[in-house]
Amino acid sequence: MSGNFLVYIDQFKGQALPTSWEVLSAAHYLAEKLGGSIYALALGEASQAVAEMAYQYGVEQALYCDDPSLADYRPEPYTALVSKIAQEKGVGVLLFPTTSRGREVAAMCAVDLQGGVMPDVTELEVVDGKIIATRPVYAGKLLAKAVCDVEPAIITTRVRAFKKPQGDASRAGVAQRVDAVMAEGDIRTKVTGYAQAGGGVSLTDANVIVSGGRGVSNNPNLTPPADMDEKQAEIWRAQQGFKLVGELAAVLGGAVGASRAAVDAGYIPYAHQVGQTGKVVSPDLYIACGISGAIQHQAGMRSSKIIVAINKDPDAPIFKLARYGVVGDLYAILPPLTEAFRKRLGK
Amino acid sequence: MNIVVCVKQVPDSAAKVVAEGGRVTWGDAPLVLNPWDEFAVEAALILQEATDANVTVISVGGESTKEALKTALAMGCGQAILISDPALEGADSRAIAQVLSAAIQKIGDVDVAFFGKQAIDGDMGVTAAQTGRFLGWPVLSLASTIKLEGDKLVIERSIEEGRQIVESKLPAVISVSKDIGEPRYPSFMGIRKASRANIPVWSLADLGIHAPTPLVRWPDVVNPPAREVKTEIITGDSPQQIAEQLADKIMEEKVL
Repeated sequence: MSGNFLVYIDQFKGQALPTSWEVLSAAHYLAEKLGGSIYALALGEASQAVAEMAYQYGVEQALYCDDPSLADYRPEPYTALVSKIAQEKGVGVLLFPTTSRGREVAAMCAVDLQGGVMPDVTELEVVDGKIIATRPVYAGKLLAKAVCDVEPAIITTRVRAFKKPQGDASRAGVAQRVDAVMAEGDIRTKVTGYAQAGGGVSLTDANVIVSGGRGVSNNPNLTPPADMDEKQAEIWRAQQGFKLVGELAAVLGGAVGASRAAVDAGYIPYAHQVGQTGKVVSPDLYIACGISGAIQHQAGMRSSKIIVAINKDPDAPIFKLARYGVVGDLYAILPPLTEAFRKRLGK
Repeated sequence: MNIVVCVKQVPDSAAKVVAEGGRVTWGDAPLVLNPWDEFAVEAALILQEATDANVTVISVGGESTKEALKTALAMGCGQAILISDPALEGADSRAIAQVLSAAIQKIGDVDVAFFGKQAIDGDMGVTAAQTGRFLGWPVLSLASTIKLEGDKLVIERSIEEGRQIVESKLPAVISVSKDIGEPRYPSFMGIRKASRANIPVWSLADLGIHAPTPLVRWPDVVNPPAREVKTEIITGDSPQQIAEQLADKIMEEKVL
């Protein structure tokens, strides 16, 4: 591999996604081994300030384009511009964060540039001048090594897999504006609006996740309103349980997760699902409440640093992964646990 | 209107997948229609019901892949095509996307090509985007709702920040998120029809292309390092006492 490095800084309305800076760590590691300069690129509304933040993490040059045609993310104009910059700057390796946008533009640039794409990479090494990327496959049940035999190699790094580099505010610079490639009239899509999600901490970025499973509906002491049928009452009970899960998550500054069973039963929206057909997460602390730990759920959270399991069933498979376990009722344990953290964290 | 759904056959999500000598094994677990692709089939059938479209399900794979195609037929797809060629052994995602785009072109007059978000084996999540790029069609990924309004599609996409609402001209490539709704079960009639279906097989020669050169190799696959966990069960006389102890233990881990 030879050539320069292009790092795509993913941003939304002037806010860089935190994982974007982690990509610069991966770029610095590769540049040290292979030589070459690092360029950073941010596209979209208010992207100049985002691009300029890259200077403090050490880049040769930051580039941006805030052309109105790029105000909202659309893959075609974004890809066209990233591909053009890669060619102009003699780029041998393109790096993206594994966000919905990053993964997509990476995939499409690979077609434009006849490069090889290796998404969602957790480790990089350089052997005999070749990049060997490690990526979890089968939702992390296995690790595959990937090698790209052509240039450019196109890599997306998994959220939280690489450490954000130390910033140095004294390294500042002015980003260079580049022109859009596609004219608005040639773009076949139009973004007409946004509907915001409920907010809160994003699961994949979260340092702490508190998750609930089937067990959250399992409190016979609660009396649901009289006019509810059986299914409504079950969901009502589950929502009381998720309230406790949410309170603990809030005190810990974390996000709320859920098992597939809880999502399929209608207790909580799909956006919270952790597992093979949900989100794959690796927080520092994962607290599983009323989750038995099916193999598909484990696939989504097994790389968490410290796992805590609270479950009534002492034989639940989740205990095999857990550093700490409580065999007991989450309804009894969660309120005093939330209180205990509130005291310790001064909240 | 003509709709194509691109699907993949994968080991069941409950399979115990193990690496042995650099190869992936899954014991006697069944091969199934990729779970994410069930949502793509569902989305295609929702659009079909609204427009009276033809739905063709296609896949690249060996003879056994016909079983995954039959699942999609049983759910309600009209016809299936298998693309199979020994020269595709070791194909990478880009090569598969090139083959799928050639097949979509051969089918002809296709308005929408649906994909799942990713396959649960390789977890690449790039095939929809790459196929769209080869076709030169707009790519609308992670769709949670899809409507046809006149001659354009109106799509809500599930992204990190919530939902993005996008209008697109046809033809287009759409990848589907789980928010589209629970995939339907195959009907009894559907299963009977699927079991009798004669699925045509297209080779690369039928598509008029040569095997694309793979650009990414997978020299090795390994089992992840075993998690060395010693589980400590916290006990106590009361939930309060257990909670206090557990909080202390977690604080000592210095993760907060």
